Amino acid sequence: MNNLLKQVFRSSRFTIGFVIFIIMFITIIFYPLFVRDDPLAMIGGLFNKPGTYISVSDVLNTDYIDLKIDTSAAKLKSISIEDRQSMADWLVKFGNIKKSEININDIAALVKLWNENYSAAAAQTGLLYAEKQQYIRLNNQINKLINSGDQYIATKDDNGQLVEKDPVSPRAFVNSKDIINKKTFVLGTDNFGRDVLTELVAATGTSLKIGLVAGTIATFIGLLLGLLAGYVGGTLDDFILFITNLFTVIPSFILLVLISFSVGQSARGVMLTASIIGLTSWPWTARSVRSQVISLRNRDHVNLSKLSGHSLHKIIFTDILPYVASYVVMAFILQISSGILSEAQLSMLGLGPATTKVSTLGLMMNWAMQYKAPIAGAWWAFLPVILAITLISFSLNLMNTGLDQVFNPQLRD
Amino acid sequence: MKGYKKYYTKKIIWYVITLVIAVILNFLLPRLMPGDPVSAIAARTAVGMTSQTAIQKVYEDYVKAFGIDKPIYVQFFNYITNALKGNFGVSFIYYPRTVSDILARSIWWTVCLQLPAIIVGWLLGNILGAVAAYIKGAWDKAVLPVFLFLSNMPAFGMAIILQFFFAVYLKWFPASLGYGYDMIPNLSLKFIGSIIYHYQLPFWSIVLITIGGQAIGMRSMSIYELNADYVKYSRFLGIKDRKIVKYVFRNAMLPQITGLALSLGTMVGGALVAEMIFSYPGLGTTLLSAITGRDYPVISACTLIITIMVLIANLIVEILYGFIDPRIKAAQQE
Repeated sequence: MNNLLKQVFRSSRFTIGFVIFIIMFITIIFYPLFVRDDPLAMIGGLFNKPGTYISVSDVLNTDYIDLKIDTSAAKLKSISIEDRQSMADWLVKFGNIKKSEININDIAALVKLWNENYSAAAAQTGLLYAEKQQYIRLNNQINKLINSGDQYIATKDDNGQLVEKDPVSPRAFVNSKDIINKKTFVLGTDNFGRDVLTELVAATGTSLKIGLVAGTIATFIGLLLGLLAGYVGGTLDDFILFITNLFTVIPSFILLVLISFSVGQSARGVMLTASIIGLTSWPWTARSVRSQVISLRNRDHVNLSKLSGHSLHKIIFTDILPYVASYVVMAFILQISSGILSEAQLSMLGLGPATTKVSTLGLMMNWAMQYKAPIAGAWWAFLPVILAITLISFSLNLMNTGLDQVFNPQLRD
Repeated sequence: MKGYKKYYTKKIIWYVITLVIAVILNFLLPRLMPGDPVSAIAARTAVGMTSQTAIQKVYEDYVKAFGIDKPIYVQFFNYITNALKGNFGVSFIYYPRTVSDILARSIWWTVCLQLPAIIVGWLLGNILGAVAAYIKGAWDKAVLPVFLFLSNMPAFGMAIILQFFFAVYLKWFPASLGYGYDMIPNLSLKFIGSIIYHYQLPFWSIVLITIGGQAIGMRSMSIYELNADYVKYSRFLGIKDRKIVKYVFRNAMLPQITGLALSLGTMVGGALVAEMIFSYPGLGTTLLSAITGRDYPVISACTLIITIMVLIANLIVEILYGFIDPRIKAAQQE
């Protein structure tokens, strides 16, 4: 056993896959111990960007420190490329500036030119009224950015009158450590305003559970049918082989859709979905176990066992099963990853677990797609989920190929 | 050719039996579930409808198409005769359009998208895999993990990433639909151009996914073959490398063709979900909207059509396999 483990871990592929998987597994277990928030608590808004959100009222109540930093230069950078382009267009058309003098990437110089030349009263022939208004708004926006003077905070006194509290200069800063109320969304929030990272960790756990349950069911059925078909042979073998071939050709995806739809929304929990996936994905395992068993059936030790009068289940358990064990483990690993993938696909179609209590990777994808996250540019709502699905099946498949190399010497490089 | 007759007759009979069982499953599975969902779905669908005549028509069609009150073998007989006539009933959500009308429009989009994409992906994947096995070294070491990662990405994941990067971020390609939303299908050059323009992202997302899986399979098959005794023997004999590679490629190819037949169902399932991402007007999107709208007749017809398509594709692959594999030819001529 020890020797076997040593051999397995000598395969770099298995080790890499194993390490990735264990890291994910540890994260799933330990992350909730540190972040005790409910993964499905709706705290934020629709697709809030990743970052740290600090309470504005806390900022106002914290002591300011004046830093000698030119804040307007950084603010000018917030002028969008489209606005810069239209500024440049105006300057070329009506400000008598040569195109070569304008560089829209140097925003400070552009604003300087703009301030020197722009005048709302200039004859802007060929511009629509709306376009002129657009330029006036743009000019106001720029002026606001440059000349942001002191702003005032006011509070209501006893009579309900607004009383000026203190001025905030453009150069006032607060230390973010002094602010008590803040919330970091490492991966932003999803369409319901849930923290994507916390949800993702919980969802990966649930999906892994689905994969495990589906994989166990599929491997169990596949192993049983494969052993029976391969060892007993005859009519039973023909029958099982027929059924197996049938279900490899009929797309399991279609069976999944049909069964999941027929079961109905109310009954479709996480475990039921996992069971359905398991029940439709055994043919692969049955096929490969059968072919392995057939090659074992006529080995000497099996014949010896038969001659000694051992019972069928004893021969299967002691003489055949140990030889196909490595194969079954590999098939099991593949079944887990395909189970996770199937759940994700089903959920994308709206046939996944119908539950609001837990989240799965597929459900997260489904919601992100329903709220058009890619079109909204909310990459944080779907990229991490895709990455999580890919990493799980990547690590499992790496482990599988690693094991394959160990047990199948012909494949070694 | 005469020798093949037995082989092909056997294959075709087997596929016909499979088809019959697939049809039975398609009919039986929804009816086996507790609570008779078929009747329940009919009742639920009519809830949202306001037009009385529409409700009545749906019910009538429903009773006529499924014959709910009749015994199950009569229902099955009706189902088969209707399916053979191409009559799948009336859609619940697109009333009064018939299901066969809806499917007739979407099926070609799916066939024209998935068939070329899977073939191109399969070919490219096999070539890359064989090259990786032959060259070995740094190329193999660098490319293999990429293939592995690609093959483990779900098809919809690749579709979303391509959509986000090329359509939303770079704005090179349209993000969704099969042709410009402001166009009416016709045979003008502009319309065909728009179709090709919209075709790119769905096509390449399926191709990339297919490449990954196929390349890995081909690579390990080729390594296996390259280490075989006949290769070493041929090298000792001084046969040119080029000729050996040809044999190796051919031998490694055979399991890949079987692999294609076996994984076709999974591939099509994944590609259908990828289609949905792009709202491509094919069967995937139709299936999605049918599931969202609980449009039972459309779902049932969709699953049946997809199954039949996969079965036909499998049969074609097996027929081709018979031509390519010399062992089958030899077995038939004995």
